[in-house]
Parts: sequence; C-alpha cells; structure tokens
Amino acid sequence: MAVEQPMSAPVTRPGDQTRIHNIGYRTYDGPRLGRAYARRSLYSQSLRGAYGLGRSVKSKVLPMLLFVVMCVPAAIMVAVAVATKAKDLPVDYTRYAIIMQGVISLYVASQAPQSVSRDLRFKTVPLYFSRPIETADYVRAKYAALASAMFVLTAAPLLVLYVGALLAKLDFADQTKGFAQGLVSVALLSLLFAGIGLVIAAVTPRRGFGIAAVIAVLVISYGAVSTLQAIADAQNNTGAIPWIGLFSPVTLIDGVQTAFLGATSAAPGAVGPGTGEGVVYVLVLLGLIAVAYGLLLRRYKKVGL
Amino acid sequence: MYDPTVARLTYRALLGRRRALILGALPLLLIVIAVVVRALTGADDQTAVNVLGGFALATMVPIIGVIAGTGAIGPEIDDGSVVYLLSKPLKRPTIILTKLIVAIAVTMVFSAVPTLIAGLILNGNGQQIAVAYTVAALVASIAYAALFLLLGTVSRHAVVFGLVYALVWEALFGSLVPGARTLSIQQWSLAVAHKVAGGDLVTSDVGLPTATVLLVLVTVLATWYAGQKLRALTLAGEE
Repeated sequence: MAVEQPMSAPVTRPGDQTRIHNIGYRTYDGPRLGRAYARRSLYSQSLRGAYGLGRSVKSKVLPMLLFVVMCVPAAIMVAVAVATKAKDLPVDYTRYAIIMQGVISLYVASQAPQSVSRDLRFKTVPLYFSRPIETADYVRAKYAALASAMFVLTAAPLLVLYVGALLAKLDFADQTKGFAQGLVSVALLSLLFAGIGLVIAAVTPRRGFGIAAVIAVLVISYGAVSTLQAIADAQNNTGAIPWIGLFSPVTLIDGVQTAFLGATSAAPGAVGPGTGEGVVYVLVLLGLIAVAYGLLLRRYKKVGL
Repeated sequence: MYDPTVARLTYRALLGRRRALILGALPLLLIVIAVVVRALTGADDQTAVNVLGGFALATMVPIIGVIAGTGAIGPEIDDGSVVYLLSKPLKRPTIILTKLIVAIAVTMVFSAVPTLIAGLILNGNGQQIAVAYTVAALVASIAYAALFLLLGTVSRHAVVFGLVYALVWEALFGSLVPGARTLSIQQWSLAVAHKVAGGDLVTSDVGLPTATVLLVLVTVLATWYAGQKLRALTLAGEE
C-alpha cells in the first residue's frame, strides 16, 4: 500500500512517481543448521505427533488411550504376581505383544496415516523438499519416528513387567534375560509394523481409508493365517504350521522369537519353527523391512516433485 | 425416500478407484483360502464352520461394513462437499436412507456373495452351512452398514471407532467376557444362521427373538439418528 503518498496530491504524472525503495531487507548470512538438523527436527516432531504432543487435545485422546490400554494389563499382572507371591510372571515378556496385537495394530493404523497421509493430502510434501533435506532423509525420519513411537508403546508394558518382577524378588538373571529377549522382539515388531503401516498410508492419502487399509492388511492376514493354522493343527499336519505362519506380520514375529528368542509359539499346538525354518523367518522379516523402506523411497521420489 | 442421483454419486464414491480394489481383495482372499483349505483337507463341515465363522463373518464382514458404511458419507462430510448435497431440496432422512441402501447393497455384494461361494467350495452347502452363513452375512450387512453410517455422521474418526467396535468389542471382549456377546451384531446374525442351519454346528449366544428385535432396533435407531445428525450438521476444519 502506498501510504507514504500524500492523498491530496493529484496523480498527474504516474510515471515519475514509480521507484524502487530500499526498505532494508537483508539476506540471512548467519550459520545454517543444515540437513542433519532438519532431519532431526522432522524426526522429533513426527515422534511427538505420534502421541499427539503438540497437536490438538482431540488427537491426543486415541494414542494416549491405546498406550494406557497397553500398560494396564501389565500392571495388573505384576500386582497379581506380587500379591500371590508367584514364582514367575503369568505371561512371558515375548508373549505380551502377541496378546496385545489388536491394540498395537490399532495404534499403527491410526498413527501411520496421521504421520504421512496429511502431508500428501494437503500437498505439503514439496515444501519439505524445498528445505535442505532429501527424499531419503524424509523417509528415514518418518520411518524412525513411527518405529520409535511403536517401540515406546510396546516396550513400556515390558518395563512395567520387569520392574514389577524385580520388586516381587523374582530371579534377577532369569528376568533380565527374558526382558532383553522381549525388547529385541518388540524392536523387530516395531520396525516391521511401522514399515507396513507407512507404505500403505503413503499410497492412501484419503482420511479414513488409510486406517482401514492398514487394519485390513494386519488383521485379515492374521485371521487368514490363524484359521489355516488351526485347520492344519486339526488335521495333524504340524509340518505346515510354521510355513503358513510366514504370511502374516504377527505370526512372523512370533516365529522369529520362537526360533531364536526362547519364546513359546502362540500358534495352535505351540508348533513353532525350528532353527532352520527360523532362518527363513528372519530373512523374510528383514526382507520385508527393506522392501518397505525401498517402496517408501520410491513413492517419495515421485510425490516430492 | 430414495433418490437415484444421490445413490449414483454414493456408488461412485464407494467403488471409485482404490476403494473397489480393497473391497474386492478381501472376498478374493476368502475364496482363495476356501480353495486352499478344500485342497488340503477335503470337504469337512467343522472346517467350513471354522473358516466361515472365524474369518468370513468375524473379520471380513465387519471390515467391509466399516469401509462401505463410513465411506458412504464420511469423506463428503470431511472435505465439506456435503454442503452441496445438503443444499439441494432433498429431505435429510432421504439422503441418509439412500446412502444406507447403497452401503447395505455394497456390503452385501462384497461379503455375502463371496461367503456363499466360499461355503459352496468348502463343503458344497452340506448341512445348509453355506446358506446359513450367507444369510448371517446378509443380516449383519444391514446392521453394520446402518451402525457405521451413523458413526460416519457423528465423528470424524468414524473408521477408527468402527474398527474398535468390530475388533476390540466383538473379537476381544466377545471372547473374554460372555456378556459382551449379547451386544454384538455378529452374534445376532449367528442366531439367524443357527435357525437356518438347524443343527448344532452354527451356534449363537443369543436367542432368535432377542437377536431379531435387537437387529431391527439397532438398524432403525441408527438410521433415524443419522438423519437427525445430518439435519444439524456442523462442518469443522481439519483437527
């Protein structure tokens, strides 16, 4: 607005009055925080966002509720173990996540679209890439943030169990070993679930649809696999049970921890993979994580333009 | 009470592009499982009940109901384009009823038809099992579509709440707390299936009269209340 121009003066020769004022804009020549800082910020913001921190009250409700729902059964188990002076916890560290898989699935289904779909829906992704970060930085930050959030969700109840077990004066070495095995297992689970959730959410920007798609993949595959396993068990075809288990994320984790992390399989008849089949399980698991990362990179190569 | 234009728009919103893919993938998976199971074990009544009851009715029908029920109205309210629909000289209950009919039809086509096909593959409709579960899927489709359509008008996170109901309430609580099964659409539809199949293979925790009354009640009340919600709809911004 040309406020400086006196209103009373009649504009007779507009050509003479146009000129460029130097009003003192200066370029920034201080230190720049760079790519690593931007990546770190994106990571921490995404991680906070996964629990609704820094967002509206409404969006805090669901993740916090799911977190509480994850931890309450662990607290109850500890209370029971302390009160009854049990020799062992009622549930193995490695089994806890398998029991609570519904809650974990809901969490990843609600938070993965929250993390990536909104950027795609409102077409803000190119704005990220106008900063000094690359496609790989964005993908890595988002992946790491969701995996960390899921690790917090799945490891917190294990910590409750562990602290409770120590307070109940259960065997220290035994409990520590179980706790460590449980942590490795939920770390793998977090990486796998976060990868699957992000890939699906990144191709379904519409609200609600991403959630349904993630849940459908996780729950339907588990439902299909456990139905087939139950039938194989009923037919005494126990050799087939471990191989069927390869086809759903939850049973995949279950197989890996049965083979290498001293867990008892949750499959019907407690038939888990042996060491040989376990190697296949680990390869499939790592392959899936790598494929998820690769697909995300490919997706963002396209939408980042 | 039925408007063909609204119906056509809803069909296109529901079956357009990727939605049709996910809706089609689930029934396809059911049929593939049915073929695999049949090849592995041969025709067996108990196996058929396990697959149809455990996978088709317990998992597939609710998820398709959530996608179709909330998808019929949720995205429109979400992006605000519902105001163009509401500003037309149509009664709000008419809009809801039309969308409900479309959602029911889509849920039925994508859940009951594959259930019937899977049942026929599994044991060739021995002991009326395939027909019983198809009837159950048909009945459940109506109630799920009405309930989730209501959720779509009430909340912006309708899909999450729908899934929480279907997976946590019906599956988790239903298996732990027997009382929760009385308030579960799945059990009500199983009661109808029990009547059709006759034998002891298909069982339900709810009697047929109770189930019928509750099914009708839920459907009618949900539809009526969704119409009321649409009459006084507030559009809100993102988060």
